[in-house]
Amino acid sequence: MDMPRSDVRPVDFDSFSTPKHLEHAAQQAYARNYQDFLIVDVDSHHYENESYAEVFEYIENPIMRRDAIDSGGRSTGFLNTQVGGQSMAGRIIRNKGRRLEKPRASKHRDIGMTLDWMDSMGVDYACLFPTPMLFLSAHPVPEVEAAMAQAYNRWLCERILAHEPRIVSMLYLPFNDPDAAYKTVKEFGDKKGVVGFMVTSPRYKPVHDNAFMKTYALIEEMGKVLSFHAAYNWDDRALAMCNRFIAAHALGFMWFNMVHMTNWVVNGLPERFPKLKVMWIESGLTWAYALMQRLDHSYLMRTSDCPQLKRKPSEYMREMYYSTQPMEMPDDKTLLEATFKQIKADTQLLWSSDYPHWDFDLPSTIYDLPFLDEKGKRNILGGTAAKLFNLDTKPVKKIP
Amino acid sequence: MAEWFVAKNSELKDGDRRVVTAGKREIGVFHKDGAYYAYSNICLHQGGPACEGVIINNVIDIIGPDRTYEGQKFGDETHFVCPWHGWEYDIKTGEMVGDRRQKLRKYEVVKRGDDIFVVA
Repeated sequence: MDMPRSDVRPVDFDSFSTPKHLEHAAQQAYARNYQDFLIVDVDSHHYENESYAEVFEYIENPIMRRDAIDSGGRSTGFLNTQVGGQSMAGRIIRNKGRRLEKPRASKHRDIGMTLDWMDSMGVDYACLFPTPMLFLSAHPVPEVEAAMAQAYNRWLCERILAHEPRIVSMLYLPFNDPDAAYKTVKEFGDKKGVVGFMVTSPRYKPVHDNAFMKTYALIEEMGKVLSFHAAYNWDDRALAMCNRFIAAHALGFMWFNMVHMTNWVVNGLPERFPKLKVMWIESGLTWAYALMQRLDHSYLMRTSDCPQLKRKPSEYMREMYYSTQPMEMPDDKTLLEATFKQIKADTQLLWSSDYPHWDFDLPSTIYDLPFLDEKGKRNILGGTAAKLFNLDTKPVKKIP
Repeated sequence: MAEWFVAKNSELKDGDRRVVTAGKREIGVFHKDGAYYAYSNICLHQGGPACEGVIINNVIDIIGPDRTYEGQKFGDETHFVCPWHGWEYDIKTGEMVGDRRQKLRKYEVVKRGDDIFVVA
């Protein structure tokens, strides 16, 4: 046996670096030639609570602004929160590690942090969403949701999107206040980097409420995307029966989008807003395939329940857009292939990472699928998103 | 096959580990309860650095003789956890504990005097 020189390093948790954490992702990027084509992440996150001191200053109402600033972003006080072990009792080390991170120099720490992981994964453009504010829909005071949405959206547009062309967003819609939602689209629809508007799904105001029609019409007229970003609400009466996070999370992220999708279709909203681009985010894929079959089966017997429909529910659903993550990986890949076929993945599916959350996906989850050809992979990884968001298709990433 | 230097036995305390780049391979070498274990550092899930996360014992649901749930406790089995998504591996076997049919590639560890080597 010979004894070649080995490179040896210890493992410690006293420092944290995203490029180091994602070193294997960068290796995957090179191995798959991601530098040659566009990759767009349609669902990624930052931790806006780390910037609450800045965000709260944008709250217009002085009473609420004082209340927010006084709360200092504590878990109790001005804003609501949710129980849930996202870091798996410390098993996901980047949640704590990010506090030790020294990101690249940039106009804002969030820009540097975001570009660091984007380049490591081989991502050219990322659609950035908040994290704790995904639960803001459950705030008991609609005025607070509206005030925080406006403050956050202004902060995001001025401090992040204005300075970094590789970061875009679908802005938070304060859906519990339909008038505020409409004003949000009016105020921010033309801002740099705004590619659409996002409804956080765990909420109880139905999507077919007449109060929302003017907002849908305005988004449709602007050519922007309306997205429904899934999340759980452990306080929901059904989910409150779950005693473990895995259950509340797995069901919750499908449940609310299933309800909203069903209401969206059976109330004929695709007929009323035929050009509105609707996207369903972070529910995985199997829910859509299951719901298509379920609704089609019932619809053929109960057409009088949904007289606006001129086609089967699945046909409308097949014209909507879906993000991939958290993409189910059945042992039998023919099941996944059938799901892709049912949702017309080649034109309707868009890759998403959900990074830095605990169940993020890499581009290889799509690139390595055996049943996709190169064109299909590239469409899902970025081509379709580029058309939808009107992005330049030239790759701009710098894989470390 | 070659022997790749890992560390001096006296330097690698019990519970400690090293990540060795051996040619194109990355290998995590663990020293646990007096024994050495070495596995591929590529997670079977999405390719994360499987050997570079926290080391933690298994969690057990305590079920009473009447089959009622009585709480949880840590067990005696040591796991290392991929820091990307939390896939857990049994440190003694390299088995992925959620589906023990899946295993990380295991490498032989040899001691020569006070020197520890991994064979790859």
